[in-house]
Amino acid sequence: MSQLIFAYFAGMIIAASILVVALKNPVYSALSLLVMFFHVAGLFVTLHAEFLAAVQIIVYAGAILVLYLFVVMILNVKQDDRYHNQWRIAGFVCIPLMMEAMVLLSGGAETRTAGSQTVLGPSAQAIAPDNTFAIGQTLFSTYLFPFEVASLVLLVAMIGAIVIAKREIGEPDDPSPMGQTKAVE
Amino acid sequence: MVTEFGLRLAISLTQIGAVMCIVVITVLILTLAERKVLGWMQDRMGPMEVGPYGILQPFADAIKLFFKEDIVPAGANKFIFTMAPILCLIPTFIGFAVIPWGPNWTFEINGIVVKPFVISDINIGILYILAFASLAAYGIILGGWASNSKYSLLGGLRSAAQVISYELNVGLSIVGVLILAGSLSLVKITDAQTGWFWNWHIFALPAPQIFAFVVYVISVVAETNRVPFDLPEAESELVAGFFTEYSGLRFAFFFLAEYANMVLVSCVASALFLGGWNAPYPGTLMELVGLSSWSWIESTMWFAVKTYSLLFLFFWLRATLPRLRYDQLMRFGWKVLLPIALANIVVTAIAVFIYQRI
Repeated sequence: MSQLIFAYFAGMIIAASILVVALKNPVYSALSLLVMFFHVAGLFVTLHAEFLAAVQIIVYAGAILVLYLFVVMILNVKQDDRYHNQWRIAGFVCIPLMMEAMVLLSGGAETRTAGSQTVLGPSAQAIAPDNTFAIGQTLFSTYLFPFEVASLVLLVAMIGAIVIAKREIGEPDDPSPMGQTKAVE
Repeated sequence: MVTEFGLRLAISLTQIGAVMCIVVITVLILTLAERKVLGWMQDRMGPMEVGPYGILQPFADAIKLFFKEDIVPAGANKFIFTMAPILCLIPTFIGFAVIPWGPNWTFEINGIVVKPFVISDINIGILYILAFASLAAYGIILGGWASNSKYSLLGGLRSAAQVISYELNVGLSIVGVLILAGSLSLVKITDAQTGWFWNWHIFALPAPQIFAFVVYVISVVAETNRVPFDLPEAESELVAGFFTEYSGLRFAFFFLAEYANMVLVSCVASALFLGGWNAPYPGTLMELVGLSSWSWIESTMWFAVKTYSLLFLFFWLRATLPRLRYDQLMRFGWKVLLPIALANIVVTAIAVFIYQRI
């Protein structure tokens, strides 16, 4: 039964991901991405990682993908062919990825499963029912340093985004004396 | 095995059916109540024609919407145009699955433990509601886009920006309550507020969540696209916003989704901040009288009273406040509500930490 559910989720993830890059209408692509996020969340639920599933939907489906749709609609790209003449680049990226996947599936499989068992640590296994608690515990003890580094990187990215956005809007119609003198000249 | 599964399914379906009925009836009441309350606040009578004092008005509206012609505008994307109202409606109704309507009782039928007042007590309850609430934006954006109309598109885009901005505030304002209760399950959060009304999280020591409650209420008004934050459907500039091109049953779906969403956020607010089904005094009056098996009626009534008070607040705001301008809306969300919500998290965390040490 669980094999069947996994097969369904995995199959849908693959099908939806192919549709994301294969469909011509960008809105349809975004919608298939939504379907894919949902099935990834479903996989998390089957692994008893409900917290991850909920966060997956809140962050990716609820926020990021809405912004994608936002951009697609503002640009109003109906059926843009520019993005579909990239078969050579796609092939170039795909072949190494396929080879990596093959290596992982054949040779590295045993070490990977052994490693993934202990990702949450033995203490987390004991309190498995409360997944949220386990994630919080490991994130703020074992992986505290990477977590803080990641938040710092995100902060830098946020500041960068604000700086870039501010320059673009501020310069053409600058209400400061500088802008006025330019207009006079 | 099969019979056990069947029995579980039957129990769940009964609960789902009951909750759906309650929600739809509440929405019917709300449509009339809104017009009546607005009428009284503006010194009018409200609807009076259909039935005594107009109480059959919701049914007249439903029948009218049901029999109206269903128009799909030329050039519209028919698939998404059809799907958008459903996408709007389903996430809202799914959210009701984790709301505790009454006391946390359990009883057994053939060895199956049943919780009669909550469909599913999952341990990430509130995150589940937030996850599905964030999906309701899709219905609005896609509906606006698929209509192939400028007004609809602008309404949809506005709503996307607005819902994302204010969802953040909803999520952050809840965090304080989660720190106090130490759980994400709505059943456990409500159980943590038993006793006198000063145990409710809005007043609870060591960190009263009164600011968080205010931020939550303002943010959900924005998230449900209600006045004064109804920019996605601002009729003076966008005709009717994202549902300009919708008619008949599809329009009714959007309408139903908006009102069901109002009911959902009010239920969540009363469960998180106002003690849920707990009375303002310890225990229930029914238990004092000796009818403890009937005390659930009192509990569910308290839940209804709290939820309806919050719904009344929605109408009251609508009658009182003019619509905000778009830049005011964004500035208010990001520069006023967000800092308050973040400060509330910091203060609550420090207060709880010190309280545990003492």
